[in-house]
Amino acid sequence: MKKEYDVIVVGGGPAGSMAARFAAEQGVSVLMLEKDRDIGYPVRCGEAVSKAGIEEFIEPNEAFISATIDKFGMIAPDGTEVVLPLEQIGYMLERRVFDYELAKQASSRGVEILTRAYVNGLLFENEKVSGVKYEYKGEQHELKCKVLIAADGVESRVGRWAGIKTHIDFREMESCVQYTVSNIDVDPNTLLFYFGKDVAPEGYFWIFPKRNRSANIGLGVSGEIGKKKSAQTYLNTFMDKHYPDAPILTQIAGGVPSSITLEKISAPGIILVGDAARQVNPLSGGGIVSGMIGGKIGGTVVGEAIKKNDLNHILTYDKAWHDRLGKRHEIFERLKNGIYNFSDEKFNSIAHAFSKVPFEKRTLENIFKTALINKPSLLIDIAKVFIIK
Amino acid sequence: MGKRELMLLIEVLPNKCDFCGCCVGVCPEDAIELKEAEIKIDADLCTNCSKCVWSCPIEVLKFNKPQKKG
Repeated sequence: MKKEYDVIVVGGGPAGSMAARFAAEQGVSVLMLEKDRDIGYPVRCGEAVSKAGIEEFIEPNEAFISATIDKFGMIAPDGTEVVLPLEQIGYMLERRVFDYELAKQASSRGVEILTRAYVNGLLFENEKVSGVKYEYKGEQHELKCKVLIAADGVESRVGRWAGIKTHIDFREMESCVQYTVSNIDVDPNTLLFYFGKDVAPEGYFWIFPKRNRSANIGLGVSGEIGKKKSAQTYLNTFMDKHYPDAPILTQIAGGVPSSITLEKISAPGIILVGDAARQVNPLSGGGIVSGMIGGKIGGTVVGEAIKKNDLNHILTYDKAWHDRLGKRHEIFERLKNGIYNFSDEKFNSIAHAFSKVPFEKRTLENIFKTALINKPSLLIDIAKVFIIK
Repeated sequence: MGKRELMLLIEVLPNKCDFCGCCVGVCPEDAIELKEAEIKIDADLCTNCSKCVWSCPIEVLKFNKPQKKG
């Protein structure tokens, strides 16, 4: 290890690895610190991504792709099931392999990596972040850097220590539980979404298939719902009803910050990427690809700033992110607010109307239009996200 | 007793936590410390607002009603 790095990245998830990689590609020295003993484990994720999304970063490989997705299924509260073909192919990942591959990719560009390194404070010089304090195997250390990249996930404490307001409103935190179960009958190419107040109020319940008759089954609820009933209780009810004897391979909890991006994602000496910056798509809850995009933009900007010895350049990251995805997430946020508070009757009527549409004419855009026909302002938003890509 | 003269009323139930970070993300006071498999609430910072309790997906955190002084 060096005594000082150009860049230190806190967190070894997909956003952290991509930030580290793209900074290193600019020719600067990079160290990535991960608090857990393993990169990629424990997995806290539904694991669905779009093919195009990950292809920007890594060639799809069987080792980390568990299933190929070409259909979307909606199950209404009354049990009506509508399946539609997806225009864009998706994948189910094996995150524990995928994250490892991303970290290896970063290391091949010269990134150094240390696991079991728990960052618990920051160093400052002239009100600029200048390094980290961390605990490694019971001992406290300090390490300086020119720029710090906070990729510390849903907790997002590093940004707070730098004076950025990162804490998320409890109503926007989707608190999730998920089981990976085996030996069940599921279509291996369809993502299933259940809606309704009994299964997943103000959100959705998912069954995402993985290889060999296994699947990720879970849901998220906001803190507003969680006041009365926890995600775990909803999952137990569903499992008792549908899969009482399914073998459970993994149980996980996890939080999805389901909001628009933080108002500020850079400050002197520091930028935030991924969940830590709230770069999740608030409609789908998907954060892998968007976090990797945030990492790519952020890492590149940071690398450039150090190379041209102009650290103020890192402050251009905010705009670059907003132009690429941040503004789009604001549209998704409006759609989310327009859809997730629908009554059970409304979900049923959407499913009934849509089941009359011939399979080959069903598209995600159409189902959104059906759902939001009475909300003209949101119809414009749909046009923006589906037509203007 | 913390600096704020508040009794800590939020309890982390033993052996239940999955260390997922939901509570940390919603804590307005940065009062929760989360390591790989260790969670701690800082009594000096916690205001007992209970947002962490509502946001815990697996019912690890509990708000204990204050007991009357006898």
